[in-house]
Amino acid sequence: MKQVFTRPESLKDVSTHFCPGCHHGSVHRLVAEALDEFGIRSRTIGVASVGCSVFLYGYFDIDVIESPHGRAPAVATGAKRARPDRIVFTYQGDGDLAAIGMSEIIHAANRGEDITVIFVNNTTYGMTGGQMAPTTLPGQKTSTSPYGRDVRKDGAPFKMAELLSNLDGVAFSARVALNSPKNVIQARKMIKTAFRYQVEKKGFSFIEALSACPTNWGMNPLDANQRVTDELIPYFPLGVYKNTANL
Amino acid sequence: MQTTAAEKIFVKGNEAVAMAALEAGCRCYFGYPITPQSDIPEYLSRELPGLGGEFIQAESEIGAINMLLGASATGVRAMTSSSGPGISLKQEGISYMAGSELPGVIIDIMRAGPGLGGIDASQADYFQATRGGGHGGYRIIVLAPASVQEIYDLTMLAFDLSDIYRMPAMVLADSVIGQMKESVTPNSRPKTVLPPKEWVVRGRAEGTPQNVVKSLYLGDGEMEAFHWKMQARYQELADKESRWEEVQTADAELIVTAFGSTSRIAKTAISMAREAGMKVGLMRPITLFPFPKKAYAAISERCKLFLDIELSTGQMIDDVRLSVARDAEVAFYGRPPGAGSLPTPEELFEQIKKNYQACS
Repeated sequence: MKQVFTRPESLKDVSTHFCPGCHHGSVHRLVAEALDEFGIRSRTIGVASVGCSVFLYGYFDIDVIESPHGRAPAVATGAKRARPDRIVFTYQGDGDLAAIGMSEIIHAANRGEDITVIFVNNTTYGMTGGQMAPTTLPGQKTSTSPYGRDVRKDGAPFKMAELLSNLDGVAFSARVALNSPKNVIQARKMIKTAFRYQVEKKGFSFIEALSACPTNWGMNPLDANQRVTDELIPYFPLGVYKNTANL
Repeated sequence: MQTTAAEKIFVKGNEAVAMAALEAGCRCYFGYPITPQSDIPEYLSRELPGLGGEFIQAESEIGAINMLLGASATGVRAMTSSSGPGISLKQEGISYMAGSELPGVIIDIMRAGPGLGGIDASQADYFQATRGGGHGGYRIIVLAPASVQEIYDLTMLAFDLSDIYRMPAMVLADSVIGQMKESVTPNSRPKTVLPPKEWVVRGRAEGTPQNVVKSLYLGDGEMEAFHWKMQARYQELADKESRWEEVQTADAELIVTAFGSTSRIAKTAISMAREAGMKVGLMRPITLFPFPKKAYAAISERCKLFLDIELSTGQMIDDVRLSVARDAEVAFYGRPPGAGSLPTPEELFEQIKKNYQACS
């Protein structure tokens, strides 16, 4: 019998700590598929960040550097400059990348570092228990915005895929979602494109993946999935924001 | 600057650092401009590209230390440099490097503080350097040069010790050493036997184990075991790598103790004291961590009076007092850092006389 669905070689055969309905697992799988497809697993260095994404090394069968909170793009810069023949990617959440690590991501992108950044945006700090993130939607209640995010005081959510697309150093920037088969297929394509850019040494590539966080949103997995469609995608539209191949 | 190994050159301390780093095989430098150390990134931005190396003027001190972390994790020799305010910002990364058992060299050309302070000579970052500086309870190797020749040699030693003991190594100098020009013999890289870096993150080739550079320890007992392991390593470091200089201590009735440029001024003052018939010697720690405790303990068996001199209100004196015999006295003369606070040899001679007379 022909086997049509298997675990990517780049993923370990283990259970994850991710909550039911979380999309981190799907993003992990798509990244692993890309590493498999390009045959780059044995020369890939992953850079883990702080948050739910910290256990990257527990799930990916690759060498990993754990970085301080927000600093993954600087750590990846050092690794890539030291070993330019390696594939280096960071895997970061929204608090990590767009709050404490805003300086590192902007400057790594602006330098056009030949790395890939996987940015998982679930509009909240997952690991620490659901506090307001730089991408928390206007009016969204979190444990530190109990009355809802007030854009006059807290600012509006950062749209990172758009923001980075304005920098000349960025070769590819796209936003994807994982909440439907159609979106997953599109996300797979985008993530592969991002890694292809690095394999071909075309410069900095960025993927923003909208993700559900049922636990911290106080929803069941199905409702959380629906919220991605109803609330996240309208505010954070999916699509390719920068593709130097099209310039 | 092309030279043969034996030919002396006339360079600034900061330039000597950069030259020594290149000689030691450092090909990745990440830094941020700050006085009084900017000659280091300037020199390396000029020289590294031609050597196939990487120079990045980072977006911040935090960016620079984390680039060092990333490069070092792949097994290459890498360096950053800064001064007080920048070193404070780097402490997060230094803590992570210590927690991840990563080598890496950090040059700290001290300036006056706290806050923005000033650019004059200071030794007030002794505690920050020798106590770890960041969170979590750790130490790093700290080397204290007293001349431009020594900052050259100790920079190369910092790379070796950092690789051998898998911990960050800092060269801690004041701005006098960084900015002063002296003649230097650009010695060749020492032929040190280095342990293989089996732990490095390079991409997991087929048949090799997964390498992870991390500082997160959540399992029962893991974090505690890490701390005891590091404690044993610090002890090994103290046993094998403590370095110091003694001048005329054999018959000394008073031993001046100082590090860095202060020890240079003290040497002149000690010569003045010897000419005046006073039996005075010098004890200069070269490694501030590990602090040469046993050497202090040994000399304090025969000499019971020490005079600690620092460009601060007193920091190293704590280590001196913890190291000398219980019946030894440690007097102190300090000048808090800042413009005009560098003492003259005559001033130190007066301090020596005052303390010497009190004991005789």
